[in-house]
Amino acid sequence: MSNKQTSLETLSDEIRSGMTVGIGGWGSRRKPMAVVRSLLTSDVTDLTIVSYGGPDVGLLVKAGKVKKVICGFVTLDSIALDPLWRAARQEGSVELMEVDEGLFYLGLQAAAWRMPFLPARAGLGSAVLETNPALTTIANPYPTGPFAIEADADAEFVAMPALNLDVAVVHVNVADTAGNAMVLGPDPFFDELFLGAAERRLVTAEKVVAAGTLAEHGPLERATIHRLMTDVIAEAPGGAHFTANPPEYPRDEAFQKAYVTAAKDPASWSAFTERFLSGDESSYQSAVESWRAEQ
Amino acid sequence: MSDATIADVCVLACAEAWRGDGEVMASPFGSIPALGARVAKSTFSPDLVLTDGEAALVAGIPAINARSDELIREAYVPYRSIFAIVWSGRRHIMMMASQVDQFGNQNIAAIGPHDHPKAQLVGVRGAPGNSVNHATSYWVPSHNAKAFVSAVDVVCGVGNDRAAAAGPGATRFHDLRRVVSNLGVFDFGGPGGAMRLVSAHPGVTIDAIVEATGFELDGVEGDVATTAVPTAEQLALIDELDPRGARHREVPA
Repeated sequence: MSNKQTSLETLSDEIRSGMTVGIGGWGSRRKPMAVVRSLLTSDVTDLTIVSYGGPDVGLLVKAGKVKKVICGFVTLDSIALDPLWRAARQEGSVELMEVDEGLFYLGLQAAAWRMPFLPARAGLGSAVLETNPALTTIANPYPTGPFAIEADADAEFVAMPALNLDVAVVHVNVADTAGNAMVLGPDPFFDELFLGAAERRLVTAEKVVAAGTLAEHGPLERATIHRLMTDVIAEAPGGAHFTANPPEYPRDEAFQKAYVTAAKDPASWSAFTERFLSGDESSYQSAVESWRAEQ
Repeated sequence: MSDATIADVCVLACAEAWRGDGEVMASPFGSIPALGARVAKSTFSPDLVLTDGEAALVAGIPAINARSDELIREAYVPYRSIFAIVWSGRRHIMMMASQVDQFGNQNIAAIGPHDHPKAQLVGVRGAPGNSVNHATSYWVPSHNAKAFVSAVDVVCGVGNDRAAAAGPGATRFHDLRRVVSNLGVFDFGGPGGAMRLVSAHPGVTIDAIVEATGFELDGVEGDVATTAVPTAEQLALIDELDPRGARHREVPA
């Protein structure tokens, strides 16, 4: 069995300029922040980011890494809006394909099933079809016959296109070197679909264990990410910080607040960037440690 | 009005939105709708289903500030499974609206043009899909002409006119119920599914409502009902469910 484990740096290097990148997690929950941070200091640019958006989106956009964002929202959960995202949108500096959360789900599912689209009612009548003129509808192909439903005979549905990804990255609690992984927090979110939708599939984990020992670290039914879905594994303890990754750690609300405060003006943002986001992952983690000691 | 505040009146008005709903997921956004759903469940809609806002259904009727470890979870519903509920129709959501128009189109995405907004808001979220799949109501804690507008900037939740224009795929399960604001209660019983005043909150004049609404409101002629004031018993229940008074921060007295 091949060993998929590598370093965080090598894993992050898989993401190159111009790629369409799916980022797992949801809002400010279990985001692969270590990989996001390593992109901030890289020379990668021109990314299309596909995300149930949180601080991953704000940070990458602010750092000039992003050409386009595909999402249904960008939120920090306990704080409604990511300030970096808000600023970028109000400056008009980033392209946005905004779709209903459920359409987004279907787009990932379509890609994972190798279908060009999946139909939905979601989006009908809304601005989603107007702000995305390339999206279209499809007539119910069963107006009559044994599969007809009278009330839908003349219906059109949104044909949500597959959100095919060049690369997807998710962060989990524990993975093994073969590429199986477990989410021990309450919600797997859409991570399996991100991985399924991608050509290249990256997983960072709080802890990487020997192949065949994953079940010693939690209930087997939590191992919903298996090695048919993954290519590269790297260990990144604290790799979702400051977003939530229970049971290892909750969202670091104090640090998230510091991020939001720093984002409010250029001077404090550059100080924040200098202190936390200019080095590698271990210097980030130690900068957070010393920040915490000051609080 | 005994000791009830407008916030308490709003709680009861929100609760009424879920009357007769049976066994559906109640998804309230905002403290006052969250209290409304709980009042509905504890009185006239006992089969309502509440969530912990994370990945579980919660049993019983916890206070809105209940700690996570105080909740009794009755089933597991991670985010992905919520869409199965949304698309099955077994849900009645009460969303907030930064803007809402005469036919119930709602905006929570952006103020100004979508490609270069004056103010970025949270995003379309699930509003397009919610509004064409299951019962939908709205809560607007600050009723003014910037919120009740002639046309919303970005249609997130779909109104009656836009659903009709989109055809039977959109209208089949489209079901706008009511709008509750800090001034009154509204439904869509006006001509062509237009917004209609159902009741004005105690102490609120019809003129004040008309003034604060940026479109022609149906139902403002003649006698207009006054929104029900919670009884002493209902007030005690609301207090118990919101001991820290979050509702009074959402709608100050």
